[in-house]
Amino acid sequence: MADHMPISSSPKRRLAWNDPGTRSLIYQVLIVGIVGTGVWYLVSNTLHNLSARNISTGFDFLGREAGFAIGETMMPYAPTDTYGRAIMIGLLNTLRVSVIGIIAATLLGTLLGVARLSKNWLVSRVAGAYVEVIRNVPLLLQLFFWYALITENMPGPRQALALLPGVFVSNRGVALPSIQGNALDGIAAGLALAIAAILAAAHWARRRQHATGEVVPLGRIALGLLVAFPAGGWLLGGGSLSLDVPVLQGFNFRGGITLSPEFTALLLGLVVYTSAFTAEVVRSGIQSVSRGQWEAAGALGLSRARILRLVILPQALRVIVPPMTSQYLNLTKNSSLAVAIGYPDIVSVVNTTLNQTGQAIEGVLIIMAAYLTVSLSISLFMNWYNKRIALVER
Amino acid sequence: MAPSPSGQGIGAPPAYAQNGWTRLRAGLFSSPLNTLLTVLLAWLLLMVVPACVEWLFIKADFSAANAQECRSSGGACWAFIAEKHRLILFGTYPYDEQWRSMLAGVILIAVIVCSAIRWFWRPWLIVIWAVALTLVAVLMWGGVFGLSYVENSRWGGLPLTLILATFGIAFAFPFGLLLALGRRSRMPAVKALCVVYIELIRGVPLISLLFMSSVMLPLFLPEGFSIDKLLRAQIAIVLFAAAYIAETVRGGLQAIPKGQYEGADSLGLRYWQQMRKIILPQALRIVIPPLVGIFISLFKDTSLVVVIGIFDLTQAAKAAVADAQWRGFSVEAYLFIAVIYFVFCFSISRYSQALERRLQTGYER
Repeated sequence: MADHMPISSSPKRRLAWNDPGTRSLIYQVLIVGIVGTGVWYLVSNTLHNLSARNISTGFDFLGREAGFAIGETMMPYAPTDTYGRAIMIGLLNTLRVSVIGIIAATLLGTLLGVARLSKNWLVSRVAGAYVEVIRNVPLLLQLFFWYALITENMPGPRQALALLPGVFVSNRGVALPSIQGNALDGIAAGLALAIAAILAAAHWARRRQHATGEVVPLGRIALGLLVAFPAGGWLLGGGSLSLDVPVLQGFNFRGGITLSPEFTALLLGLVVYTSAFTAEVVRSGIQSVSRGQWEAAGALGLSRARILRLVILPQALRVIVPPMTSQYLNLTKNSSLAVAIGYPDIVSVVNTTLNQTGQAIEGVLIIMAAYLTVSLSISLFMNWYNKRIALVER
Repeated sequence: MAPSPSGQGIGAPPAYAQNGWTRLRAGLFSSPLNTLLTVLLAWLLLMVVPACVEWLFIKADFSAANAQECRSSGGACWAFIAEKHRLILFGTYPYDEQWRSMLAGVILIAVIVCSAIRWFWRPWLIVIWAVALTLVAVLMWGGVFGLSYVENSRWGGLPLTLILATFGIAFAFPFGLLLALGRRSRMPAVKALCVVYIELIRGVPLISLLFMSSVMLPLFLPEGFSIDKLLRAQIAIVLFAAAYIAETVRGGLQAIPKGQYEGADSLGLRYWQQMRKIILPQALRIVIPPLVGIFISLFKDTSLVVVIGIFDLTQAAKAAVADAQWRGFSVEAYLFIAVIYFVFCFSISRYSQALERRLQTGYER
């Protein structure tokens, strides 16, 4: 190389090439240049193709009339509304199934994880078989399976299966009783107040314990508040409350809440699939705490419940929280499979939108932005929680 | 697990009476709560399992000639699978040429099995992969050696699922390796590029990448060029898997003690020499089990190509179900392919667990 460049014979120049700083700068300029050129090439191609196909760019289409109906909406929506509102509805549907799914998968997964460690032979085997079978079959297939099971193999509303009194399963979905009445707002307000009061009490109890060493029976106080405040709200609200039980009228159920087959299949699939993974997370977390911790805490005279709460769980949670976070993220991302069984989540709505408008790039950008926002929010929250429970090293 | 005659252990002290019955009692009825759990679960199993067995086998119809006959049996209709198994397993590949598709599948399985055997962990494993993948391409496409040409829109079924997964991991691995090295690089620009790529891909679902590749890749290319649907899906899978592989490999790189890097530096090795001879051999060895995990999830994730209309195993099952003459047997079809997916994923995951144990003992000494 050096022979072709007359200047390179000067010692200073040589030194520069041997200097790692200069060399890395040259490499970086080269790599960024190559990547930049590649991106520019793709973008210019895209712009050319778009103009050749008469597709406009930009987000103006969000303000135009959507013209398609959405099966399930949490806010009022009509086909005359805008694309922007339709996408909003889709996002809300994604969030609805994700939030309910995360809560249910955590509960079921914890139960299964503990069951896998049970000394009861039957319980641990059944939990183990569940985890192995569910983990090794694709989620999409499970969704198809549940959807087919509900829509094809369940009886019609007239012969609906009554799982519990008031809960009906038919090929039109699941009908659940709902609570109605004027006192509902009062109860909700009472509940919110109770939670705020419990948080304040917990703060006060912790400071008191630090100051005096006295332990406040927080669990009993919390239970009392949780009963007293909503009950007060119920009385203040007039004391009226009724259960709206679904009844068969004609060909379908009236009253109560009806979960569509799509929503039921998606939620069931997500919860069943994710719980198999969270079960493993919980199991490995509990197993990571050594036996000696149980024994030492027992030697201090703590009861079994307090050992679990004060000694084992804080240590297990440290191991559990990071992989649990990625399971939550997975569940949220997996909810996009809704498009395959026709639940109107954000991917499905945006897909319809980009088929109508042809504005593929904007559509894909919206999907990505939505998921990135949700993912980042979940991981920020979980990182904050993780930091709270992490080992404080001195 | 039948309890042995209980008379046997009468004289012995309970702690040492290790016959089946005492063991069973200790495991199932040691406390009131435990007994309650056992009874509840046993009742549940007694309600569910016999009903399932009856539906799956006893009342099932294995040889019905048509759907009406099958429906009247009251059990599963396996005759439907018997009728449609070629469609489900090989998709729309030309019927008389399906042996080629099958052979390609067998070759892919053989390569995967070879890669699992430690004796094959030599540099020439790459050569085996290259030869096998070329062979698969020749078999599937044809057009040479007297094989008729089959365009890839007709490929389908299990071989296509295997192709998407194995080609996906084979191309994603080198890319992911470079990304991992880039993310650990001391050059800020390179590091930033890699971080943005990895986090962007990992933050979005595979489905959105598949949509993107199916609608946006054609726009990216200059006019006159086009890539077919299958290749677009394969590109999306490779881009997706690479980000996950990068994060896993980065974990391995971080686990290598700093002394190894410094030692390599002090030997006067250059960056690529260091990586090739000292760091990567150790780092990759650590991350083999999680890489196998990535392969399992990739294998399952290939089913998502259904949403852009590629005829993989899942889509083939859906097509079989859609036959108007055989309506209403979706559950049977999905169970059939679920068993296929399960056999693959479960055996790979068992292998991965065994490997993890063996690699660990190697380290502890």
